[in-house]
Amino acid sequence: MRHLLSTEHMTATELTWILNMADEMAEVLERPIPKVPTLRGKTVGLLFFENSTRTRLSFERAAKALSADTMTFGSQGSSMTKGESLRDTALTLEALGADLMVVRHHAVGAAHRISEWVDVPVINAGDGTNQHPTQALLDVLTLRKRFGKLDGLTVAIVGDIRHSRVARSNVFAMTALGADVTLVAPPTLLPPTLDEWPVRVAHHIDDVIESTDVLYLLRIQAERGGDQVVPSLPEYVSRFGLTDERYARMSGDSVVLHPGPMNRGVEIAHGVAEADRSLVLSQVRNGVAVRMAVMMTLAGADRD
Amino acid sequence: MIEPGLETARIREAPLLLTDDDIRRALRRISHEIREQHPYLDQVVLLGIPTRGVPLARRIASAIREHDNTEVPVGSVDVGLYRDDLDHRPTTRLGPTEVPVDLDGRTVILVDDVLFTGRTIRAALDALADLGRPSTVQLAVLVDRGHRQLPIRADYVGKNLPTAVGERVTVQLEETDGTEGVWLERLS
Repeated sequence: MRHLLSTEHMTATELTWILNMADEMAEVLERPIPKVPTLRGKTVGLLFFENSTRTRLSFERAAKALSADTMTFGSQGSSMTKGESLRDTALTLEALGADLMVVRHHAVGAAHRISEWVDVPVINAGDGTNQHPTQALLDVLTLRKRFGKLDGLTVAIVGDIRHSRVARSNVFAMTALGADVTLVAPPTLLPPTLDEWPVRVAHHIDDVIESTDVLYLLRIQAERGGDQVVPSLPEYVSRFGLTDERYARMSGDSVVLHPGPMNRGVEIAHGVAEADRSLVLSQVRNGVAVRMAVMMTLAGADRD
Repeated sequence: MIEPGLETARIREAPLLLTDDDIRRALRRISHEIREQHPYLDQVVLLGIPTRGVPLARRIASAIREHDNTEVPVGSVDVGLYRDDLDHRPTTRLGPTEVPVDLDGRTVILVDDVLFTGRTIRAALDALADLGRPSTVQLAVLVDRGHRQLPIRADYVGKNLPTAVGERVTVQLEETDGTEGVWLERLS
């Protein structure tokens, strides 16, 4: 594996490799000194052309736990506002000494394009509505820790699937590992390419609430036009929101995931976000371990 | 990657240096030496270096238990994250790091199958420094094959085997490989 751009076409073997390594990284993070010298002398370039808090902090934390230096590029207050191209920005970061690049961009395919221009490994940290592979890996890691394996698990992904790179990445990662995925959304929030996805579809959260092992909630992505296709928030909540009443009807072993940021009171009720079976904070913790594992894997010499 | 079956076939043709009996005797002797040097066995921790150092550490602990009825804690310390050759080889699978007790003030005995350049032990010492502050660190190996590149030596050696640099010492153990012995291979 040279780059990590997408979970589509990743095999169960590749996914399991990263998850196993992430387990060891989680052990490192629990040590009295949660830091190892593996990437000492390496520099990780963080190119964030789109706003992000948790993903950027998570990558930064992961790089530092591996003793790498970080170099952060944010599009606000940078030469991008003076018209510098994506290519020039990437080449500049490479010339400044980045040994590995983490790219977040609002345009589909941005990380892929950069991977063709530079000679260092590239990690896609979210490209528009397309892919967010490290988010899917951390979700899968969270589920594997909880249930032991993904094989045979039923997962319902609820909400704005159409604009969600998280959903897209998760569908491929979860099904590759044998999970049974159902998308729950109004037809207007389902993607046009749905036919090619190995999933089932439902149009009401009550269709899955009692049977699913995993309820994966997504927010409506107003910045990508998701709010334009929902008639009203109360109506959305009535059909797709995880209310306290619905949470109470879920099975005792089931869990709730959310990639953040959460819109409490919309897709998830205020109390549910911190309820016993909500794994939201485990997801955040596992994100650091997974990103360490990905950086480690890509930083090693090429495998034949 | 070489398939396990092929690997076994290839090794079968190499000269057998230590039999299962030799290994048993070597580990028993090491356990006696540890008991002699450490009258206070309850201060000792055995940390195996994955993969094969871990079962070796367990066997030494069980040999000690047979004589003294003392349970010496056994753990493992993986060195994958502390290697200095990441640029030269693909990232390899990591082994477990499990430290069963607080290391501060204790005697840690690192256990590995083969001592060669000393770089693995250097990495293990770095890893240990991040895990605690033992009062003493010692090293036990099943085979010392020479060719050190660092000022590192073993305190307990099962067998000294003079080798050439172009040779490879392969250790197989029942727990990890389903067979038992030490072979010398000539790499072409």
